[in-house]
Amino acid sequence: MYQNHDETIPRESEPMRRFSAFAIAREAARHHSGWERHWRSPTPKKHYDAIIIGAGGHGLATAYHLGKDHGITNVAVLEKGWLGGGNTGRNTTIIRSNYLQDPSAAIYEKARSLYETLSQDLNYNVMYSPRGVIMLAQTEHEVRGYLRTAHANALQGVQTEFISPQRVKELVPIINLEGPRYPVLGGLWQARAGTARHDAVAWGYARACSDMGMDIIQKCEVTGIKRDGDKVTGVETTLGDICCNKLGIVVAGHSGVMAEKAGFRLPIESVALQALVSEPIKPCMDVVVMANTVHGYMSQSDKGEMVIGGGADGYNNYTQRGSFHHIEETVRALVETFPMISRLKMLRQWGGIVDMTGDRSPIISKTPVEGVFVNCGWGTGGFKAIPGSGYAMAELMAKGGSPLADEFSMWRFREGKFIDESVAAGVAH
Amino acid sequence: MLILECPYCGVTGEETEFHGGGEAHLTRHGPGSSDDDFENYLFLRENPRGVHFERWRHVNGCGKWFHAARDTATLEVFGTYSAQTTEPPQDIKDAITAKRPGWSWREFK
Ligand SMILES: Cc1cc2nc3c(=O)[nH]c(=O)nc-3n(C[C@H](O)[C@H](O)[C@H](O)COP(=O)(O)OP(=O)(O)OC[C@H]3O[C@@H](n4cnc5c(N)ncnc54)[C@H](O)[C@@H]3O)c2cc1C
Ligand SMILES: [Zn+2]
Repeated sequence: MYQNHDETIPRESEPMRRFSAFAIAREAARHHSGWERHWRSPTPKKHYDAIIIGAGGHGLATAYHLGKDHGITNVAVLEKGWLGGGNTGRNTTIIRSNYLQDPSAAIYEKARSLYETLSQDLNYNVMYSPRGVIMLAQTEHEVRGYLRTAHANALQGVQTEFISPQRVKELVPIINLEGPRYPVLGGLWQARAGTARHDAVAWGYARACSDMGMDIIQKCEVTGIKRDGDKVTGVETTLGDICCNKLGIVVAGHSGVMAEKAGFRLPIESVALQALVSEPIKPCMDVVVMANTVHGYMSQSDKGEMVIGGGADGYNNYTQRGSFHHIEETVRALVETFPMISRLKMLRQWGGIVDMTGDRSPIISKTPVEGVFVNCGWGTGGFKAIPGSGYAMAELMAKGGSPLADEFSMWRFREGKFIDESVAAGVAH
Repeated sequence: MLILECPYCGVTGEETEFHGGGEAHLTRHGPGSSDDDFENYLFLRENPRGVHFERWRHVNGCGKWFHAARDTATLEVFGTYSAQTTEPPQDIKDAITAKRPGWSWREFK
């Protein structure tokens, strides 16, 4: 039943060699022949203390913190496709923590602060770039909303400020302040927000997990969840049955599908969200700009491509491709905000399946099945949260509770205890 | 691009002519209902990867609400039907069975 993916790498392999300036020099001198694979691809064992379904950023970060903070290393991460091939490898990589509600600010700021040292902690360059994020205020309503957020952030200890149109122009010379529909009236500025390399975040965590002895198993789809009464006992997969004491479901857009297999329902709907990138051009914008009223946002990658995020479809969708008219709406919004991009060619467009909750906040929670935990509902904006979410989810799975996660229970809807971020921003990336 | 046919005015249009209204055939619960009923009605959703029943409105047309049966994994539309029903009509169910034998959704088969 079990196939061995990679016979050349034994289960008990040497610890990973560390990346360093010295290693780069050494490899440069020998035609880069000594770089190793970053993680093992073992066959599944019969039993694990904990199984995580989904090798996106959130699943891998959960496994990492289970090992690092709680000493639980008999862990498998099961992935139906390839590691980071879900939303983690499809997002526009904006990292910020200027949310309105206290529980959100707490977990997003925890994540942002972990991003600051993530490259050192993982010994893997995730290219965290705290270049600053501006959220443009283009209506009076938005001005008031962002002033309120700036005040809330001051109380939460998150450094943000509301800036004038002139300051926006200094930070973003290519912006058109007097747009045809909505003039720029100011902006919410978070200087330590920014971007990171999305694939590297997944790869870095995977390498660290593998190094702790965890098994990362790709091309292994979970097809069923096994229970003994109300308690989980394991999973059925395309590589056979695997037993576990605890199970973390961290599958973003497929959360509803997995919950159904576990026998409960979630307050989640899955829709396609799109992004696109342009041809690479010379550096022209060194901050991230989000324009929520006209509905578009943009940053420039280190390669020079303009990375553009667009709208979500208005209907349930699992196809990882969105509707064409959203691209037009997004591009129209950005051309009016940045007229110089009007002649840029777009290179690629893609979609991801995002998991939307009613209050636009995530779920990090126990479930009706004992031993099963869910981490989902990050919707259009969970890349920024990966380190904090993994930290909180691991604590929840290891100890049964976590101060950062407790407010994000799946029962908050029933109790009317929403963490309402939908009013704070039309676009929530 | 989804193509839908409005069962009221008969117009076939691209999705930009319509507006999605989410999961269909929810049982509405009012004051005095149990917490379970309220939670089910207001928040919990089937969200299947496959056959889905949903509400649409012909916003840039006759303005009427209607129902559609669609596959969320392939975007295939099995058919559209009247809003004045609590259950998909038999011809829609048959159309789905022809293409997705063995389908089920909540209490419908
Ligand atoms: C176009 C786009 C732009 C975005 N922009 C931003 C942004 O700028 N900033 C931001 O913070 N967030 C952004 N997001 C959101 C962010 O990408 C997600 O919230 C985040 O990546 C979710 O990570 P995850 O680990 O939960 O899910 P994923 O990365 O999707 O991982 C889930 C994994 O589970 C696997 N899986 C599913 N079912 C099974 C099964 N049955 N068995 C085994 N494995 C399974 C999937 O294959 C997948 O790899 C964006 C999303 C999209 C789509
Ligand atoms: Zn009509």
